[in-house]
Amino acid sequence: MRLWMLIIAAVILSFISLFIGAIDIKPSDLLNWDSREMQIFLISRVPRLIAIILAGVGMSIAGLIMQSLSRNKFVSPTTAGTLDAAKLGILISMLFFTNVTYTQQVIFSFAFALIGTLLFMQILDRIKFKDVIFVPLIGIMYGNILSSITTFFAYEADLLQNISSWLMGSFTLVIAGRYELLYLSIPAVILAYLYANKFTVAGMGEDFAKNLGLSYKFVLNIGLILVAIIATTVVLTVGVIPFLGLIVPNIVSLYMGDNLRKTIPHTAVLGIVFLLICDIIGRVIIYPYEIPVNVTVAVIGSVIFLIMLIRGRAYAK
Amino acid sequence: MRNSTKLIILTVIALICILLYGFYDIKGGFDYAFPRRMMRVGAMVITGFAIAYSTVVFQTITHNRILTPSVMGIDSMFEVVQTLIFFFAGSVSIWVVNQYLNFAVSIVAMILFALILYRFLFRADKHPIYLLLLIGMILGTFLGSLVSFLQVLIDPVEYLSLQSRLFASFTNIKVELLYISIGILLLAFAYGYRIMGQLDVMSLGRENAINLGINYDRLVLNVLILSSVLIATSTALVGPITFFGLIVANLSYQFLVTYKHSILILGAGLISVIALVGGQFIVEHIFEMNTTLSVIINFVGGIYFIYLLLKESRAAG
Amino acid sequence: MIEIKGLTKRFGNKPVVEDVSIKIQPGAITSFIGPNGAGKSTLLSMVSRLLDADTGEVLLDKNDVKKWKSDEFAKRVSILKQANFLNVRLTIRELVSFGRYPYSKGRLTTEDEQFVDQAIAYMNLTDMQDKFLDELSGGQKQRAFIAMVIAQDTEYILLDEPLNNLDMKHSVQIMKILRKLVDDLGKTVVIVLHDINFASVYSDNIVALKNGRVVKDGPTNEIINSEALREIYDMNIPVQEQNGCRICVYFNSHS
Repeated sequence: MRLWMLIIAAVILSFISLFIGAIDIKPSDLLNWDSREMQIFLISRVPRLIAIILAGVGMSIAGLIMQSLSRNKFVSPTTAGTLDAAKLGILISMLFFTNVTYTQQVIFSFAFALIGTLLFMQILDRIKFKDVIFVPLIGIMYGNILSSITTFFAYEADLLQNISSWLMGSFTLVIAGRYELLYLSIPAVILAYLYANKFTVAGMGEDFAKNLGLSYKFVLNIGLILVAIIATTVVLTVGVIPFLGLIVPNIVSLYMGDNLRKTIPHTAVLGIVFLLICDIIGRVIIYPYEIPVNVTVAVIGSVIFLIMLIRGRAYAK
Repeated sequence: MRNSTKLIILTVIALICILLYGFYDIKGGFDYAFPRRMMRVGAMVITGFAIAYSTVVFQTITHNRILTPSVMGIDSMFEVVQTLIFFFAGSVSIWVVNQYLNFAVSIVAMILFALILYRFLFRADKHPIYLLLLIGMILGTFLGSLVSFLQVLIDPVEYLSLQSRLFASFTNIKVELLYISIGILLLAFAYGYRIMGQLDVMSLGRENAINLGINYDRLVLNVLILSSVLIATSTALVGPITFFGLIVANLSYQFLVTYKHSILILGAGLISVIALVGGQFIVEHIFEMNTTLSVIINFVGGIYFIYLLLKESRAAG
Repeated sequence: MIEIKGLTKRFGNKPVVEDVSIKIQPGAITSFIGPNGAGKSTLLSMVSRLLDADTGEVLLDKNDVKKWKSDEFAKRVSILKQANFLNVRLTIRELVSFGRYPYSKGRLTTEDEQFVDQAIAYMNLTDMQDKFLDELSGGQKQRAFIAMVIAQDTEYILLDEPLNNLDMKHSVQIMKILRKLVDDLGKTVVIVLHDINFASVYSDNIVALKNGRVVKDGPTNEIINSEALREIYDMNIPVQEQNGCRICVYFNSHS
């Protein structure tokens, strides 16, 4: 697959995404700057598209970084507890401050995502049995445990339905003024691109990296901080989007191999295409209502992941 | 200290817990309160042994001490069934009000899930067991995300009553369900007793076990299904207590240093009874907390799991 | 008598063992040799029913291995693979006692205990029989596992690279014990070996594999010669005779 083909697909899908919704907007309506349609377009449709693009790029790149650092194809924010840790952080911030501000939530969520992922990577680094299948199994269990801790506090504080609804993972509530945090992921993605070669080398292991004169710890920490920034911004603005960081890099790696410099652009664009498709499906299937995007992503994503698991074992090794 | 002495000590502590729970502060309403308390004790003993047994044997066949049978995805099946019932029939429908029906539907659904997954997918040499477990877990995530979508759509009052069902509770158990569970469990244990010696051999690993004449693949399949039946029964009776088995099994390994399953399982079962009955006693009478025991168990179990992972990684590092 | 007929195994599309037919001579040591990836271990795994063959069959006393009852087979044939990582903490004696499982199903009789004692003594482990396996060196551990197989008291003993990770002294020790098992107790030993000189010095028969196929099969002295070895390894290997043993000097050979 060529990059320009993916880009064209992304552009077409973006266009479709802009013109689907409960209120019918035709391109001709946009000629009039003061029309109601134009207002909706600017307040709701455009921010939504931007959010999808940023989340799609961010989650896919985060997954890619984690996979190259851990040298395991099946490690991703979903399978290493990152998203669950970020969720826990938000909840703790809500318990800690009576009137929690957005900044406090961001800080807590970031700190927890970082610590949670770091902890898992540390464990992974030293665990005896590094089977490609066993690691995500443990990772998912680890994530479940973090969420059961979240449940414990939420249950005590009567916040259960509250958190489970606003962490659904949906672009429905994305309107101007509520998604701008996502822009923080742009510098993170750019940094990821600049560090791509170093991640590849660090993924070969500490000794190997040292041999090539690379500060392993430093690169590892940069990688995890980038992942935590991306995960936090996405979880706080959109909610939990499972599997994205798992599937997109794996598909790209299937046809392009594992040289990060080459695969990052593809991974980013494919992430956009995948997320746009899922979002559009969610919006048309019970039109004029919407299915949250995390459900469509989880359904399509888990099916693709299952296929990869069953058929792609030889490749994953 | 010899293992038989240790087992006697555990039995004594378990009995003390049961007596304390049965008679403490019972005043006046003996005829009313005592049978009800004993019923709860019965439920706790049954679930305790079911979970202890299934976790120990599950860990033997997976050759791993940090996995729980919950990675088979059976608990998510319980959530799926209950949510579907609440969503489509509502909390006052016969499917909820009639506890037998509810019990039967849940248990059948959970066992069917396990049977379909393992009976038809299982080939130990073709699909290694971790792969199967990961597949089960992903299917669980898949179903879980469908369900979490439905949960957001359910009205808040119904949601609360669904939530209380999804949290394990020992306080509200119908006596007939208890008898049915005992029946199922006795059958399961009868088979479980017969394979005790084979399980000891299983701990030598696949190749050594086959060498010693164990029909390995069939035994693994049987144990997976047996574990599923036990977990399904205890889940349908009191609700899911995911990480409990992890704690009791590992405590048992540490306390009774042996490879013999008869001793390990008995020990784990007694530790379960002590933890559940003693824990319930403390929750009800000492702290007078409004939280359910299972939430605490999941919380403590979660912390313990992370401790085990760290210990594992330290041992290797 | 073990007889292998037209055995084939593929992993994916790649054939690992292809159309192998051999007979194992009873009361002798047969070594499987060959370059890396020749299919030696895979073949041994299929003979010992650890792995199912795609086509072909393995016959023990004219009956297909797959049709044997698992515990009856375990009284006739034992197999020891190379990786023996245990999750449980066992003493040497406990491990060796497992060798009696096919007979006693976990409840040891006095007769079983005698077999265990003998096996432990045979491997010179009597003094340390109550030590835990994780306290032992690689060589001691390997001996403990071989003791288990001896306690299993089978006619056929199959071993997959038992000398892996052992130093010279322990390698020689183990090969001598295997020789004794054959000469004194009339066992049949089938062994996968990496070091051709151990095969040359200790075995009666050699089966040489290459790319999944049998290239040579016969008594040791017919195979340990330069012509045959060239065919197997694609190397010029001079063979020298030393105290009645044929030693292959391959260290400075050029292909």
